[in-house]
Amino acid sequence: MKSTHEESEIDLLVADRRVAADGVVALTLRHPAGEELPAWEPGAHVDLILTEDLTRQYSLCGDPADRSSWQIAVLQESDGRGGSAYVHDKLNPGTTVRVRGPRNHFPLEPADRYLFIAGGIGITPLLPMLEAATAAGAEWQLVYGGRTAASMAFVADLRAAHGDDRVVLRPQDEHGLLDLEALLGAPAGDTLVYCCGPGPLLDAVEERCSSWPSGALHTERFTPKEQGEPVLSGAFEVELAQSGLTLTVPPDRSILEVVEDAGVQVLSSCQEGTCGTCETAVLGGQVDHRDSLLTDEEKAANDTMFVCVSRAACPKLVLDL
Amino acid sequence: MTTSQTVPALGDDPFGSEILTDPYEFHARLREAAPVVHLPRYDLLAMGRYAEVRATLSDWETFVSSRGVGLSDFGREKPWRPPSLLLEADPPDHTVVRTAMNGVISPRNVRKLRAEFAAAADELADTLVARGRFDAVTDLAEIFPVRVFGDAVGLPAQGRENLLPYGALAFNAFGPRNQLLTDALAKAAPVQEWILAHCQRDELTPDGLGAEVWAAADRGEITHEQAPLLVRSLLTAGLDTTVYGLGNTLYALARHPEQWAALHADPKLAKFAFDEALRWEAPIQTFFRTAAADAVVAGIPIPKDTKVVLFLGSANRDSRHWGDDAETFDVRRSAGGHVAFGMGIHQCVGQPIARLEAEVVLGAFASRAARLELDGEPVPKLNNTLKGWASIPVRVTAA
Ligand code: HEM
Ligand code: FES
Repeated sequence: MKSTHEESEIDLLVADRRVAADGVVALTLRHPAGEELPAWEPGAHVDLILTEDLTRQYSLCGDPADRSSWQIAVLQESDGRGGSAYVHDKLNPGTTVRVRGPRNHFPLEPADRYLFIAGGIGITPLLPMLEAATAAGAEWQLVYGGRTAASMAFVADLRAAHGDDRVVLRPQDEHGLLDLEALLGAPAGDTLVYCCGPGPLLDAVEERCSSWPSGALHTERFTPKEQGEPVLSGAFEVELAQSGLTLTVPPDRSILEVVEDAGVQVLSSCQEGTCGTCETAVLGGQVDHRDSLLTDEEKAANDTMFVCVSRAACPKLVLDL
Repeated sequence: MTTSQTVPALGDDPFGSEILTDPYEFHARLREAAPVVHLPRYDLLAMGRYAEVRATLSDWETFVSSRGVGLSDFGREKPWRPPSLLLEADPPDHTVVRTAMNGVISPRNVRKLRAEFAAAADELADTLVARGRFDAVTDLAEIFPVRVFGDAVGLPAQGRENLLPYGALAFNAFGPRNQLLTDALAKAAPVQEWILAHCQRDELTPDGLGAEVWAAADRGEITHEQAPLLVRSLLTAGLDTTVYGLGNTLYALARHPEQWAALHADPKLAKFAFDEALRWEAPIQTFFRTAAADAVVAGIPIPKDTKVVLFLGSANRDSRHWGDDAETFDVRRSAGGHVAFGMGIHQCVGQPIARLEAEVVLGAFASRAARLELDGEPVPKLNNTLKGWASIPVRVTAA
């Protein structure tokens, strides 16, 4: 859905581009006429309006005191579609990009101690937080995981600025998954936890923090869960058992849209996988679940799906429609 | 307010009895006038077109709920009761509580309710269809949710007559302090006391949704101080809304005999009939937001701190979105995307329960009654927020 709210929206110049790690580029954005950029605070993000239908959010990861430029870092996603590919392929120094914001729904609240947990590119919103926590005289530790050391952005800067005892690096190929039990097993009353990273890390951290005081954990997820690329990149078929129709769902359309276009009535409401209205029984085939509702166990049962967002993980699904 | 010169103004009182009784002529003028209209009577901005209403509901960062979703600005006035932790909250606080509530009203928990809801629906339909003539509001719409939702939450049978007056009070309180609100407040004390008491753990059965809220507190998802306020959310938002929704659906069907005939021929259409009725006559007509920053909507500036009223019922009949037959009630229409349940992060958390109630009860009547007709003039029930009926006398013909 396109918002009609034209808050601060400006075309910025890509002033610099460097490779920050394997598959990660860091961009520096400036006003083309050298004007001051809007103020922001650690945790803020901006929307990059890449094309009419393609808007992506990126955290600001530079220094809030620097009003002349913004930094963002973008991970190239594996199968090369969508926003990250656009940024990697098209946003070279000298090009411009439309930017909306900044906004902040991940603000750093005052505390005596912080535990920062980053997974991969999730390091970006935390970088300015580390500076702010240091400036406020708070105690903190950063635990930063990633696939391999080479895939982890800003590692050298972090070590140089903050030293090895505050910055704990945990590439997965050397250390395995983050030891969340050791980090979060015992709630600490005076500590705020800030976590940013892929969905499974957020889920695991949320689970561990359930015994922590409410409000101690801050993550950046609230609206629909960020979903990665679909399992199938091409089209698939859905067979509607009640109506006796077999339809083809192309990659750019939802099952809901295709089924409705074929004249079959399906209830829907949010159309983003959060409300549960379009739940449909699955009679055959494997589902690529992309909703924010089902537990892992329910997903594995493979007997129900939300057709507004979920897709097929096999060539053909059979649905009770 | 600085925008009053730049946007068209409508002098009507949308909370006066005339528009509350029949809002649709006003809605049409509101949509025609502009995407954003000034209501000088309350010094408010208003939106009535689908695109802007939906976009504003979805933009919780600019248009916040924590300053109240009624006329009163909690930034300036003390709320009449401690604010809701869901409805009247913004992220990140809202996120934590909403996640817990999503767990209470999960697809799995709602599925468990179906058998009991269906049994109660069959029983009620048997009795009323055998009677032939009844009141679709006082004998049906007001009876069914109080029974099945009351049981689902885990309330004792005794004292449930307090539920609808409490909801009526809460929904009147989103509007101005007019006669409707003053009257509701005058009767409020004993009702509020009962509701407050029944948010406590020891008043609730151990297996209901109320107990689930308390269990979420035991697990640390929310605090024990938050638990009673969340049970209160269920009791405030879960009854009147569904009562009005069912009443409005029966009204729409009684006014359109060919639509009832379609439903009788295929009772599986019940869920679509309810959805279309919510679009056609939204039980919750209005909710408000407050601009947390200067904003621009459809080219019209909305200064920071402005209250904005969103006409959900008007958005649901905007021909710009729904086409030329937007005013037509048609159970075979695709009503998906209507805003009767809101949109975005505050979208109704009870939606699956409301839909389940409606599906089973309408289905039970549709399979038993070949015809449903008006048997007297329906009487509107006025509320500052809710649109519906106090009485709809009907006659049914058993199949
Ligand atoms: C036909 C029946 C219903 C209608 C038309 C309805 C409508 C709505 C609307 C429009 C909102 C959005 C409010 C906003 O955007 O500020 C909402 C929110 C809410 N509804 Fe419903 N509702 C219905 C039934 C229910 C039921 C059965 C429950 C309880 C089980 C419920 C509980 C809630 C709660 C707790 C919220 C606040 C959610 C949040 O702010 O995150 N509603 N409802
Ligand atoms: S329409 Fe809301 S989950 Fe699919």
